[in-house]
Amino acid sequence: MSSDSETSVDAESEETPVVKKPEEKQVELPAFEKGISDKIIEKFGDKVYVTFVKEDRVGIGTSRENVHDVAEFIRDALNYDHVESVSGVDYPQDKEIEVVYHIGSYSDPSLARQILALSTRAQREENPIPGNDATKLPTLRDVFYSVEFHEREVFEMFGVYFEGHPDNRRLLLPEDWADLPPLRKDFTIKGR
Amino acid sequence: MTTELPTTSEIQIDKPSLNWLPPGLGLQKVDERIMTLNVGPQHPGSGHMRLIVQIDGDYIIACDPDPGYVHRGEEKMAEYRNYILNIPHLERPVIHDSCNVLYPYVLGVEELLGIEVPERAKYVRVIASELNRCIYIMYWLAIYGIFLGHSTMFMWPAGDRELLIDLMEKMTGARVTHAHFVPGGVRNDLPPNFEEVCLRQVNYFEKRIKEYAAVFYDNPILISRTQDTGVLSRQDAIRLGTTGSVLRASGVDYDLRKKEPYDVYDELDIHTNVMKEGDAYARSKIPWLDMMESCNIIRQALQKMPKSGSVRVKLKPNPKGKVFDSVYKRVESGRGSLGYYIVSDAKPEPYRLKMSVPSFRNLIALPYLLKGEKLGNMPSVYWSLNYWPVEADR
Repeated sequence: MSSDSETSVDAESEETPVVKKPEEKQVELPAFEKGISDKIIEKFGDKVYVTFVKEDRVGIGTSRENVHDVAEFIRDALNYDHVESVSGVDYPQDKEIEVVYHIGSYSDPSLARQILALSTRAQREENPIPGNDATKLPTLRDVFYSVEFHEREVFEMFGVYFEGHPDNRRLLLPEDWADLPPLRKDFTIKGR
Repeated sequence: MTTELPTTSEIQIDKPSLNWLPPGLGLQKVDERIMTLNVGPQHPGSGHMRLIVQIDGDYIIACDPDPGYVHRGEEKMAEYRNYILNIPHLERPVIHDSCNVLYPYVLGVEELLGIEVPERAKYVRVIASELNRCIYIMYWLAIYGIFLGHSTMFMWPAGDRELLIDLMEKMTGARVTHAHFVPGGVRNDLPPNFEEVCLRQVNYFEKRIKEYAAVFYDNPILISRTQDTGVLSRQDAIRLGTTGSVLRASGVDYDLRKKEPYDVYDELDIHTNVMKEGDAYARSKIPWLDMMESCNIIRQALQKMPKSGSVRVKLKPNPKGKVFDSVYKRVESGRGSLGYYIVSDAKPEPYRLKMSVPSFRNLIALPYLLKGEKLGNMPSVYWSLNYWPVEADR
């Protein structure tokens, strides 16, 4: 009997995977992480939104106009001091490319476990001309020096141009690469 | 042209002179005194990468690293394979540290899929990753030795490394590319009698590496070549976002095994090695001290490990994550903090997988460290960054 009920639950979740999204679960949020996100909300109000609060991880989203101010606040008021990773994520269905900065802190011992994921979204073009189209974001290099090579990588892999970045050359791709930015979803590997 | 060159501690990294454009291939005379040199990508001294160096006489005035010669698109490949098929190719960037490079991936997938790992498997993972850390550092030490012209330091680590490779072969079945960690535990249980053999080998290994002090680390020639060379101050190490041995050699006490313990590291007594000098000597000594700490951790883990029990939770075929759920997991690898950012979809494949690798993060320090150094000091500074080009390119 029990095995029957288990398989039926599995079959149900296989068909409708969206049902499995338990984001609104009433779990008690970790207090310290909640405090960090509250401070940012208190300062910026509607301009930012909290994407998630998990143990040791806080996710903050903002628009491209406010990302520079939010990053400055995170550095100066919250003691975060370096960026570990800058990742682009392509969402063709939303016509947007998300850029996520994972920010950590070495100098503040209470933040040693914490990673703050600051995400922002750039407009996505169907036929990209990297650097010369609307896919642009302000650079955070003047806030966090450590993003320099990471932003160069996002530019070549996704075509997101960082305005104000002093050095937008290619980093990993060959100089004569003339195809789509390769980590976009519409660039497909041959034979797949 | 000024004849007085600034020392590295005087250079402001926000100077626009660091942002010069590369003049391209070949030798090029920029002005009467300045010459541009291409170091690499074929030259073994630079690894699989190119350093475009501008020199004034014997002094480096600017350096522009040009990685990408071994870029293989690991992140793109991961979007086409399911969570289990991704294991063997994700360890390829650092095959001699393959357990540590898979560790955050496995932890991240476990969080995405909601898997609990058996207690014994956690200890097996800790032992495997510490053995692998030693294997990586011995490989790096061999290269570091030979590029400083110290042939003994090439032969000894390359030979002593075999002790631990034999152990890993007993444990996983493969000498280098183990693919041993899987979401839900490890692939195989330990072979019979492994604990005694491991303890014996590790004790002998520790005795051996202590002898390196006399031949290498206390060697006046090494000290004269590396001390006060390529100094990275504490403040700049933080600002540049460096990690691992580079960060700890500059006086920042930060080790993820202690600061953000994963699996069973919180049950073990771990000492973090920190040095304040921030020069190439400190950066080359920290990994060696780390190996002795690894031996300590392995001995503790062998003692505390449950003697029997399961080491793997079987997954359903083609496990799926939630729609646009994301996870960022990191571990302390042989070179520093290694993180994976995984975005899942309601599919068996990850929607996006990003590797944040320590070599790539430490590379940003190189132009800054080389500025004002003598050209002859380039290998000792470059290899002291604990840099592995294949990992940086992914």
